[in-house]
Amino acid sequence: MIAIGITVALTELLGSFGLSGGLLSVITYTILAAGTFGLLSVLALFLVWWERKVAGHMQQRFGPMRNGWHGWYQTLMDGLKLLQKEDILVATRDKVVFFWAPVMCCIAAFAAYIVIPFGDGLIVADLNIGVLYIMAITTFTVIALLMAGWGSNNKYALLGGMRSAAQVVSYEVPMVASILVVVLYAGSLSTVDIVNSQSGNFLNWNIFRLPFGPIAFITFLIAAVAEANRTPFDLAEAEQELVAGFNIEYSGMKFAMFFLAEFINLFTVSAITVILFLGGWHGFAFIPTFVWFFMKTFAIVFLLIMVRWTYPRMRVDQLMEFAWKVLVPITFLNIIVAAIFKHFGWYWEL
Amino acid sequence: MVAEYLSVLVFIFVGIGIVLFTFFLSKLIRPHNPYPKKNANYECAEEPIGDSWFRFNNRFYIFALIFVIFDVEAVFLFPWAVAFGELGLYALIEMIIFILILFFGLFYAWRKGALKWV
Repeated sequence: MIAIGITVALTELLGSFGLSGGLLSVITYTILAAGTFGLLSVLALFLVWWERKVAGHMQQRFGPMRNGWHGWYQTLMDGLKLLQKEDILVATRDKVVFFWAPVMCCIAAFAAYIVIPFGDGLIVADLNIGVLYIMAITTFTVIALLMAGWGSNNKYALLGGMRSAAQVVSYEVPMVASILVVVLYAGSLSTVDIVNSQSGNFLNWNIFRLPFGPIAFITFLIAAVAEANRTPFDLAEAEQELVAGFNIEYSGMKFAMFFLAEFINLFTVSAITVILFLGGWHGFAFIPTFVWFFMKTFAIVFLLIMVRWTYPRMRVDQLMEFAWKVLVPITFLNIIVAAIFKHFGWYWEL
Repeated sequence: MVAEYLSVLVFIFVGIGIVLFTFFLSKLIRPHNPYPKKNANYECAEEPIGDSWFRFNNRFYIFALIFVIFDVEAVFLFPWAVAFGELGLYALIEMIIFILILFFGLFYAWRKGALKWV
């Protein structure tokens, strides 16, 4: 069942060219990082197109139709357009903060992929703090949004940045508490160990661990949507009140980076959901493991897209009170229930 | 194990490199035609009034403070969850008491109106 890891294979391949030591690791990881970035860019292009198509069909439109079959390369063209756009720089901006905000947003979204296993062995580095690392690095998005809001010297942008910071830190707590239930059962923070603890029968998936599994899954998904700043929790860029929120003063490639990061984040939260609750790459039959992983992840992405185009945006006070007065008590009670069930062995291992 | 953490550093630097490269690429082909009106702040086509760097609502600060308390608590809960299999009944009861104390804190903040967004 244990396939040889992609990192190990690449290290051995490069090692046969006479490289060794620290340089070998650096070159291996550089190649993997470039590959991951390429994969994620293509994924983001696809996700943007997919979201627009789904949104269109849900509203009895077609969505993009002009570029190619059902507009399949529409996003690529949008990207090329953004590449040629003038970079409008606000005169009163904070130069350093304004420049680095999109870079940081992108890095925060992208660096989480070190510990996400796309399949059996398809992981860059199986860090022993895996899930904690993902939580830590994706939260950097908040700092990027705050930087964008502050650096723009624009009232809408600042308000968007502040709101998004308040929102993300509020939903961080129930998210961590939902993850704790999974960690409790896996006995490890490593993503590979967590996925392997759900191997065998699909009833071993954490979502089917009654009664707390489904609750943790739902609270995690709600918190994840809020973390990814998507409707019904997209207060940071509420078009109707804040025009575009934190990215209002950004144009051209800098705006494209925020956009890219947003869709990478969408895929990240879906991938983490699959890893934590839906058995990761495990499936049945002869289908390769990474196909299972992508099938499950795209199912969650599709669910999140449907949610986005179905529900109206929450009000900011409802949003904060929902996090602290509903989600936090539920998730912490859920931990206690899960710990009691685990302690007395009231769960199945098929 | 330490070598694996090198990947974090490499990923961050490669990411920065790629993003800066696209910025550079765009700089080569994009037009550059700034003038004062274009570079003014966007305020729905009105002349912008004053700076945006003023004091903001301290609601944000209170929520950040509550968040810090709960996040530090999560740091205590993670090792407990990882080692739960070996710790037994003692750890279970300890942690239930710990979470109940936190609940008490949450309800205190609730009653004090700290969780109310005005």
